[in-house]
Amino acid sequence: MDPIIQAECLCKKYDGFTAVDSISFEVQPGECFGLLGPNGAGKTSAIRMIYGFAPISGGRLRVFGLDIETEWRQIRSRIGVCQQDNTLDPDLSVLQNLLIFAGYFRIPARKARQRAEELLHFFALEKKIEAKVGELSGGLARRLTLARALINDPELIILDEPTTGLDPQSRHLLWERLQHLRAQGKTFMLTTHYMEEAAQLCDRLMIMDHGKILIQGTPAGLIQEHIGTSIIEVGGAGPELRQFLIDRSIGFDQMGERLIIYSNGDHTIEQAVRTTFRPEQCTFRSATMEDVFLRLTGRELRE
Amino acid sequence: MIRISNISWRFLSVWRRNLIVYRKIWKVNFMVPLLEPAFYILAFGLGFQGLVTNLRYGGQALTYTQFMAPALIGISIMYNSFFETTYASFVRMYYQKTFDGMMTTPLSLEEIILAEIVWSATKAAAAATVMLFVLGLFGFVAFPSGLLVVPLAFLGGLAFGSVGMFFTGITPSIDMFNLPIFLFITPMFLFSGTFFPVSGLPAWAQSAALVFPLYHLVELTRLFCLGRVETPPLLSVFYLVLFTLCFLFLALTTMRRRLVK
Repeated sequence: MDPIIQAECLCKKYDGFTAVDSISFEVQPGECFGLLGPNGAGKTSAIRMIYGFAPISGGRLRVFGLDIETEWRQIRSRIGVCQQDNTLDPDLSVLQNLLIFAGYFRIPARKARQRAEELLHFFALEKKIEAKVGELSGGLARRLTLARALINDPELIILDEPTTGLDPQSRHLLWERLQHLRAQGKTFMLTTHYMEEAAQLCDRLMIMDHGKILIQGTPAGLIQEHIGTSIIEVGGAGPELRQFLIDRSIGFDQMGERLIIYSNGDHTIEQAVRTTFRPEQCTFRSATMEDVFLRLTGRELRE
Repeated sequence: MIRISNISWRFLSVWRRNLIVYRKIWKVNFMVPLLEPAFYILAFGLGFQGLVTNLRYGGQALTYTQFMAPALIGISIMYNSFFETTYASFVRMYYQKTFDGMMTTPLSLEEIILAEIVWSATKAAAAATVMLFVLGLFGFVAFPSGLLVVPLAFLGGLAFGSVGMFFTGITPSIDMFNLPIFLFITPMFLFSGTFFPVSGLPAWAQSAALVFPLYHLVELTRLFCLGRVETPPLLSVFYLVLFTLCFLFLALTTMRRRLVK
């Protein structure tokens, strides 16, 4: 099968500033593809090009095998987009938001009505059907945005930070709904700052920084390749421990007072830390996507 | 650059969105054109009638209220469409991010902007229709020729809606709309033959008035309401069409530059 998204040397420049610097990737049908990166890495710029919101500055981009520059209208009729900002229409009720959006896709009124009711049910919004959008909480608004993005029964769903700012309950509900949609064979492309979310939802992901792709692969594969299986976090360690690690060329990062040791399941290191150095605080844990992310993009603040 | 191929009848779905929002508060929306002309006619009719005598327009003697009534419709067309594509469109574009949401659907930016302008013209035509009947009841509108004011209001609405959208395309913030209103709209409101005949002014001022689209709009409302003009009507129609096309083009260009990045 042909890929859903095919980007070759894709670039985005704004007046001399390069936001996306020649990235290439593919998203396969039925796949959930994650796009991670610190703020300003170029995630949103990349995503905006995919739905034809921002014109591409260089390279080639095909969605459903169609050229985004000339066949954008056809492409947009087959995708659903959940933008980072709340773009719900505050002048309209919950139901009207869906019905009028359906009009932009030229979905006939009866079909739109039926589809809107299904979606309101799917996202547990039936009780809010006549509510004004301004009265919705963050979680409800996000659910409505997602419902709106699905009004045209899209084959590809693009989610730009779908769970940012949501409480854990809303986030879990959203994940559960997304899994449900994945089971229907929809293709997803999402950006997120939550590594747990990325590891849980995505089949494959890539990490971007400064407009470039640092790595791409499966979450488990990337963790294994870049971190290993386990981590020891040590607080209040003396210089002896650091020397010990350097002598044995064991990877570690310093973060303030804490040492992050990439022990990769090596029991001798664990033993040494436990018995020889006896730090004040010590945590033994599995490696996560967050470790990969921080190791590659650096631990210092970005903005 | 703007692309003509990006414009299809799909723009009507955006126009329809604005109509649905408008209908929600149609009572308020109709109140202004219903009462405003009545206030003006009462104030000027009672207050000015005795002061202004022997007013002549297009070779005919008119009472002051007869002269002014058609201009009220012209002014209302200007305000309705200009305010719609400046303040109202800016709020939708900047604060509500409505256009951003629309641009994830098969709508083009050109269609969204065109729909906003056509909507502003529709709103102007609706207000003009209401005013036409109020002023008709007072006896200031000749029927059936007065009915031509409705399509005229649509054309005038396109002209002022386009120029308003052009300002929305270049304004840095919503507060800066004070500038085009102070420098463009207010002088036009006063010097377009609205409250006194331009023919009584010095020659240079008469030529200057010809540049104002409101002058031509008011001329044409007088033609349809009174059967009198001071400028060839075809020239006025031609000027309004040309003005609309120029600013429609500028509005689309500046909005594309503003929103597509």
